[in-house]
Amino acid sequence: MFVSLDGVRLAYPSDYGEVLALDGLTMGIEEGEFAAVVGPSGCGKSSLMRLATGLHLPQSGAIRVADKPVTGPLSITGMAFQNPSLLPWRTTLANVMLPLEIVRPHRRRLKHERTAYTQKAEDLLSLVGLEGFGARFPWQLSGGMQQRANLCRALIHDPVLLMLDEPFGALDAFTREELWAVMQDLHAQKRFTVILVTHDLREAIYLADKIFVMSARPGRIISEHRVPFPRPRPMDITYEREFVDLVQELRGEIADARKEVA
Amino acid sequence: MILTLLKSPRAAPFIYAVALIILWELAVRIGDMPVYILPAPSVIVGAIVKYWSPILKNSLVTLWTTLAGFLLALVGGLALGLLVGWSKAIYSGLYPLMVGFNSIPKVAVVPILVIWFGIGVVPAIITAFLIAFFPVVVNVATGLATIEPETEDVLRALGASKWDVMTKIGIPRALPYFFGSLKIAITLAFVGSVVSETIAANAGLGHMMLAAQSQFNVPLVFAGLVMLAVEGIVMYAVMAEIEKRTTGWARRGGVR
Repeated sequence: MFVSLDGVRLAYPSDYGEVLALDGLTMGIEEGEFAAVVGPSGCGKSSLMRLATGLHLPQSGAIRVADKPVTGPLSITGMAFQNPSLLPWRTTLANVMLPLEIVRPHRRRLKHERTAYTQKAEDLLSLVGLEGFGARFPWQLSGGMQQRANLCRALIHDPVLLMLDEPFGALDAFTREELWAVMQDLHAQKRFTVILVTHDLREAIYLADKIFVMSARPGRIISEHRVPFPRPRPMDITYEREFVDLVQELRGEIADARKEVA
Repeated sequence: MILTLLKSPRAAPFIYAVALIILWELAVRIGDMPVYILPAPSVIVGAIVKYWSPILKNSLVTLWTTLAGFLLALVGGLALGLLVGWSKAIYSGLYPLMVGFNSIPKVAVVPILVIWFGIGVVPAIITAFLIAFFPVVVNVATGLATIEPETEDVLRALGASKWDVMTKIGIPRALPYFFGSLKIAITLAFVGSVVSETIAANAGLGHMMLAAQSQFNVPLVFAGLVMLAVEGIVMYAVMAEIEKRTTGWARRGGVR
């Protein structure tokens, strides 16, 4: 397993006492696999993201990424959130290149090989359909374009693991589908491992190889589904019988998980 | 013609200023106000022309003491603001101290400064510094305290140190707040230096006005006030321009 969480428990203090976010969570993802995590709201999906990137350490259980136990922030990961969080004082290109100023060994090489790195960032921008927008400031871009740039920033340092926390959640339906296609192409081309946290079941099935369903808090994995559809997947597939059946099945499981709390 | 002028926002400041001066002149003449109570603007202009040499000399002294105190306030305020914004613990430790210190009227500090440094420009510079530096600290610390947690997560997940987060996000983000505080700081710096000059100095507009007052030379006192107003407006305009030029991204340039 490339990413493995084994019996993970995470609790954090809050104003109402200690909140148990995850308990007994076990999951495994192969290298190059596209995994999606779905579940009722507040089930600790975002805590999962913070654990797998090493931003938080669990109280108990083991987390391994790329055959090493996770003990702190992992610079081999890239992250993108629902909020594009681009820095408004930097151009789009400079925003995309920000991780290169942080991550070793790029931060040492950046000064001498700026042209090569700039070219790389521009290539990535054109890959997501933002060719020629590098000199614009983020606030001059539409929401969909900002999210494309955000994906580029998450990928510029060639991470082997990409963590996506509802990155398309705030976009309109058409832009969202456009970005699903962009995401699928990026994954086909670069073959990184992905963990996508989402509320959107169509999104999860369209993009993922494997889907994990989480229970209500404290979160653990209650079921695991393989998505059988061959790649590349056309957008029309989302309206076909088998696809819709899978959506219904997942819906049912999440509805049951919600009932348990209520 | 006059109506269109009145509606133009560019001409408005001049029209209002001229109107005020005319009103003042008329009020003094019609009310037959004695010159030692309220001199008419024309009399004040006369005083400026008559005493131009000491006025110029003292204006320059006030200007440089104010600027010296102001610059110290910028450097000190920026440094302390970054320190306070660095961590929650430093913030909660230093903030009450700073609030307490800031609530002391600075006039009350001047006698102590005179004991330490004697009469002259040093107390004026320090008073200007003390009064101007608080808004700078508060603004810089606010800028740092309002970093979006997601932005910080993205950097920290890449292995960024606290210093990286500060230089890549914190400081650029705090700059509009910093430049915004300059306008307030320069105005306060003038208050500080003039207060100190009226208590213990041998030069400067405050000192000159005090001397003129003791000789009942009221037009010269008012001439000093006018010079202070002029210096204040000019410095404010300079700071506003600096703010505008340095923080274009925070104003979004108006284009979308």
